[in-house]
Amino acid sequence: MIRYLSQIGKYFLMLKEVFNKPTKWSMMKQLIMKEIDDLVMGSLGIVAFISFFVGGVVAIQTALNLTNPLIPKYLIGFATRQSVILEFAPTFISIIMAGKVGSFITSSIGTMRVTEQIDALEVMGVNSLNYLVFPKIVAMMLYPFVIGLSMFLGIFGGWIAGVYGGFASSTEFQTGLQVEFIPFHVTYAFIKTVCFAFLLATIPSFHGYYMKGGALEVGKASTTSFVWTSVAIILVNYILTQLLLSK
Amino acid sequence: MIEVKNVEKSFGEQKVLKGITTSFETGKTNLIIGQSGSGKTVLLKSLLGIHKLDSGTISFDGRIYSDMNDDEKRELRTEIGMVFQGSALFDSMTVEENIGFPLKMFSNKNSREIKERVDFVIDRVKLINAHTKKPSEISGGMQKRVAIARAIVNNPKYLFCDEPNSGLDPKTAVVIDNLIQEITEEYNITTVINTHDMNSVMEIGEKIVFLKEGVLAWEGTKKEIFKTDNEAIVDFVYSSELFKKVRKAQNRADKL
Repeated sequence: MIRYLSQIGKYFLMLKEVFNKPTKWSMMKQLIMKEIDDLVMGSLGIVAFISFFVGGVVAIQTALNLTNPLIPKYLIGFATRQSVILEFAPTFISIIMAGKVGSFITSSIGTMRVTEQIDALEVMGVNSLNYLVFPKIVAMMLYPFVIGLSMFLGIFGGWIAGVYGGFASSTEFQTGLQVEFIPFHVTYAFIKTVCFAFLLATIPSFHGYYMKGGALEVGKASTTSFVWTSVAIILVNYILTQLLLSK
Repeated sequence: MIEVKNVEKSFGEQKVLKGITTSFETGKTNLIIGQSGSGKTVLLKSLLGIHKLDSGTISFDGRIYSDMNDDEKRELRTEIGMVFQGSALFDSMTVEENIGFPLKMFSNKNSREIKERVDFVIDRVKLINAHTKKPSEISGGMQKRVAIARAIVNNPKYLFCDEPNSGLDPKTAVVIDNLIQEITEEYNITTVINTHDMNSVMEIGEKIVFLKEGVLAWEGTKKEIFKTDNEAIVDFVYSSELFKKVRKAQNRADKL
């Protein structure tokens, strides 16, 4: 227990240091652009692929479970919208990103630690935490756009599967999308996404930065980072849902 | 000049440096030697400010490190060049970008001036056809040259090298040793090299500090090594048959 508390304390001390002694802006600009390319643009393909097909699966499964003829077909569109916007896009995609982006961050920073590149930065007088972690946090602030794309493609995938699978007409599906739509649900999803983006940038960085050992430990740190990032996302998801949606 | 006074450092119960007092002279290649676990890497990292001392002081031309505030420490770090054991080049950057990195971070030079300075040091360390290559695309010897070029690009006052020729073949190792010595003399840098390579000791050891179990057991020049009766250093340096023969031959020549 004490060890976990000490790790949490160390994480917050790291965050303090990340915002200290900023790197020269001309250099930071380049680093941010590179991180946007690696972390955000590099994830678009997998996010688009998963969102489209999972949206389709949600629509099909909803349709297959609607055995009662009294239940309207538009429920397929309604269920797809609710699942994708409330949970699938923000939370499920973030867990996938904890594996993709998180392990990339941990292994790249961990390798820099093992090969003394972080020591080299420190010896030169560079605040290595600001240099390495701050651009990732800024880049991940574009993460809500990824989730926006995921929401669109998830619903689009649901529409394709629902309509072309013969489960509902296009009008029925679209009616379902509009039924009892609460705009705050989208706001809630994006608030969650911003929090998850911060966790996705900082927890894997923490595990990479403070790792000790060699190549094997880099692999172990990546796994540990995935586990803890996922745990943090799930916990924050619960807390935010309780705070933002319960009356 | 770097002066070290009564430096002590422990990790938990283990005392690694036990009251080290010595100095590293300007314009000379100063070598820290000793067996693995003798405390030489801890001493080097303490000189670099990576390890916080338990007691004692380290001063850089009269400026005591522990008395400096954060800004002064950062300023001092811009005067330091470091060559790491594994070169520690940034994987994502080309050779040129690696070398120009300290200038981009800490100087007000424009990109043309940076390019000129980078080209100059690349020529100085005799790196051929490597400007746009990534560290993974060049040999170990070339990586060491890049590391040296990066360390000197900002005109440092102090140059630290951790095992600069480890993993290199003997011929390349001599070339790297000589390059460091030439640069030290040319730019009047205080160079401190951490090594256990006896060829380096005999080649460039203008001042040698020998550590044994965290204690400064001997210090002197490479010439004095041949004549010293200090058992610890004799036992360490002449552990190989080759150096035993060299010592005998040297002593014989001195008698004649």
